[in-house]
Amino acid sequence: MAAPTMDRPTSAAPAAVQTLTIAKALNNGLRASMEANPKVIVMGEDVGKLGGVFRITDGLQKDFGEQRVLDTPLSESGIIGAAVGLAIRGYRPVCEIQFDGFIFPGFDQIVSQVAKLHYRTQGRLKLPMVIRVPFGGGIGAVEHHSESPESYFAHTAGLKVVTCSNPADAYWMIQQAIDCDDPVLFFEPKRRYYEKGEVDTTAAPGPLFRSRTLRTGTDVTVVTYGPSVRTSMEAAAAAEEEGRSLEVIDLRTLSPLDLAPVYESVRRTGRLVVVTEAPSESSISSEIAAKVQQECFYSLQAPVLRVTGFDTPYPPSKLEEEFLPDLDRVLHAVDRSLAW
Amino acid sequence: MSSPEKWTHPGPDAAPATAAKPTAEQVIAGLRATDEGGADLVQLLTPEGERVQHPDFDIDITAEELRGLYRDMVLVRRVDREANALQRKGQLGIWVPLLGQEAAQIGAGRAMRPEDMAFPSYREHGIAWTRGVKPTELLGIFRGTDNGTWDPVATRFHPYTIVIGNQVLNAAGYAMGQKFDGKVGDSDGEATICFFGDGATSQGDVHEGFVWAAVYDAPLVFFCQNNQWAISEPTERQSRLPLYQRARGYGFPGIRVDGNDVLATLAVTRWALEECRQGNGPILIEAFTYRMDAHTTSDDPSRYRLSDELELWKLKDPIERVKVHLVKQQWADQAFFESIEAEAEQIAIELRDYCVNLPDPPPGRIFSEVYAEGNPVLEAQRDEFLAYHAGFAGGEH
Repeated sequence: MAAPTMDRPTSAAPAAVQTLTIAKALNNGLRASMEANPKVIVMGEDVGKLGGVFRITDGLQKDFGEQRVLDTPLSESGIIGAAVGLAIRGYRPVCEIQFDGFIFPGFDQIVSQVAKLHYRTQGRLKLPMVIRVPFGGGIGAVEHHSESPESYFAHTAGLKVVTCSNPADAYWMIQQAIDCDDPVLFFEPKRRYYEKGEVDTTAAPGPLFRSRTLRTGTDVTVVTYGPSVRTSMEAAAAAEEEGRSLEVIDLRTLSPLDLAPVYESVRRTGRLVVVTEAPSESSISSEIAAKVQQECFYSLQAPVLRVTGFDTPYPPSKLEEEFLPDLDRVLHAVDRSLAW
Repeated sequence: MSSPEKWTHPGPDAAPATAAKPTAEQVIAGLRATDEGGADLVQLLTPEGERVQHPDFDIDITAEELRGLYRDMVLVRRVDREANALQRKGQLGIWVPLLGQEAAQIGAGRAMRPEDMAFPSYREHGIAWTRGVKPTELLGIFRGTDNGTWDPVATRFHPYTIVIGNQVLNAAGYAMGQKFDGKVGDSDGEATICFFGDGATSQGDVHEGFVWAAVYDAPLVFFCQNNQWAISEPTERQSRLPLYQRARGYGFPGIRVDGNDVLATLAVTRWALEECRQGNGPILIEAFTYRMDAHTTSDDPSRYRLSDELELWKLKDPIERVKVHLVKQQWADQAFFESIEAEAEQIAIELRDYCVNLPDPPPGRIFSEVYAEGNPVLEAQRDEFLAYHAGFAGGEH
């Protein structure tokens, strides 16, 4: 695979290392891409004057104009479908879907056109577009604002699916996704938008379609992504106090999956816990379980366990703390794995 | 429009979606769709081959140009009939006939300039012809060897879109790109035309395409071929009012043209594309025509429409009226018509030969070009499958 590397300097980066929120890192990353390539355009509902409901596109329309930052009609199929036409015309559209639960009016265009045009034309048409989706729960919202629909897209051939969990990845991964000649679904952990971290703006920490081991350990491997990364890291810190050593891997890419570091880890620990907000049935977590049992069959000391959202619609928000994987549920799964 | 309180349902006596009110004879005959386009229909050549004037749309056409349009229509009809026969002989899995829609497609297609862009549905074999796509290049889709092999960038003819209405939004985006590129505003500009049917007008994507093109002033001609039938459902099942009248609600012009009249279709589409190039888009054209054959070779129209209706439309055949006019004007002689027939026969032979010799793709084609930048997980699956498959080649299984 031709994994793109990103090492170009950007004018939006006066200091090499900045402390940024995920939201600001995404904003800076979008700005850097727009400065580097005049064909990059941003389109979505309220992304212009308002700067998006989460302010991810704040100030971009003011600086790049209404023709590069489009306040679109309230029309998700339109956002995706028009972006397809713009991509064919030579643009690199970055679409914002306002909330995870609103992507479904655009689902037909994503599955039928975005995912298949390259294959249909055997490479004569490329669809270099990014679909940004704030996803996941934990913000006390009404229905349709807290969902984790990533498995639908990972299940669809022709799409690539990534998710960031920290400001440095947010800054670099969005630029790498925009540079990618394949369509990329870019899932952003909305409840982590305002968490801060250091961002080195001089060089990308690595290629886009790679998972990353965030913490090494010897007892149990924990694989996770997006908003659950912080939960898993906190669980690992708590487990350490009890003398248990967890290895935590941030998947970053959900399609294609980069599971080589997971296999290597599970062969050492013999135990795997997968943590996601998405429901478990027919999901990223079930795919990981299937692949790991195939690749690490003789290394496993316990079955692969999953800590996920339940197989229900996302509940009313007063119940979401029960629904979402938290530190205690992760530790409980670790205990079960070790006790097997 | 009256206030909501005064609004009343148009009722059964109002003008139906397809046409003016059916005649008593048509009702007695049991016809559900009517053959009359109504008072707003733009027509320049009557079914009897008489040239008529229109106050807003007219066209200066030379004998050579009209012979060219005639040739186009005869050849695409021959391609269509041959492909239909190839399906009956088992050489194609399915075919989507264009029979009856030759004038709508040749008129619209010949109105385009090379730099204009077209987004077809899946019945646009006549548009393909005008874009320089070889008829043989359509076959693989229906034989199951590929999904269309023409170059959509070089021909400016997008791949066939099978999901109803999707391409309308893609066309809106493309037309927005033309505008963003500064290609709109004078007659050197570019425009886009997208094709869809009466059934597609019920799709959300068509509505959204209308909205998007309108609010961004996109240089886009919406070309709706109302062939009266969406498989088994008449246009009345899609709309209360004539389709071209929908444009008004979106804030752009809608025109109903006789889709069996190649001159009228050419004139109206040429005008509409020029308006779009000048920055006055979008525009909706409803080409009022008739699907003279089945929806596809898998369909059976005898289950839902009367043959009387087809007989009525045969009298409005798009090719016959041009032939009559050419003869009346003495613009073509018997030798001309025979030469076109001979050319059509030659194309049919080439189509047959090409079709029956079209090889099945190799198994590895399943995995080809799913991604622009590759995918190691998929490549591993491919390699495993190819290794498995190679085992058979050696006779081990």
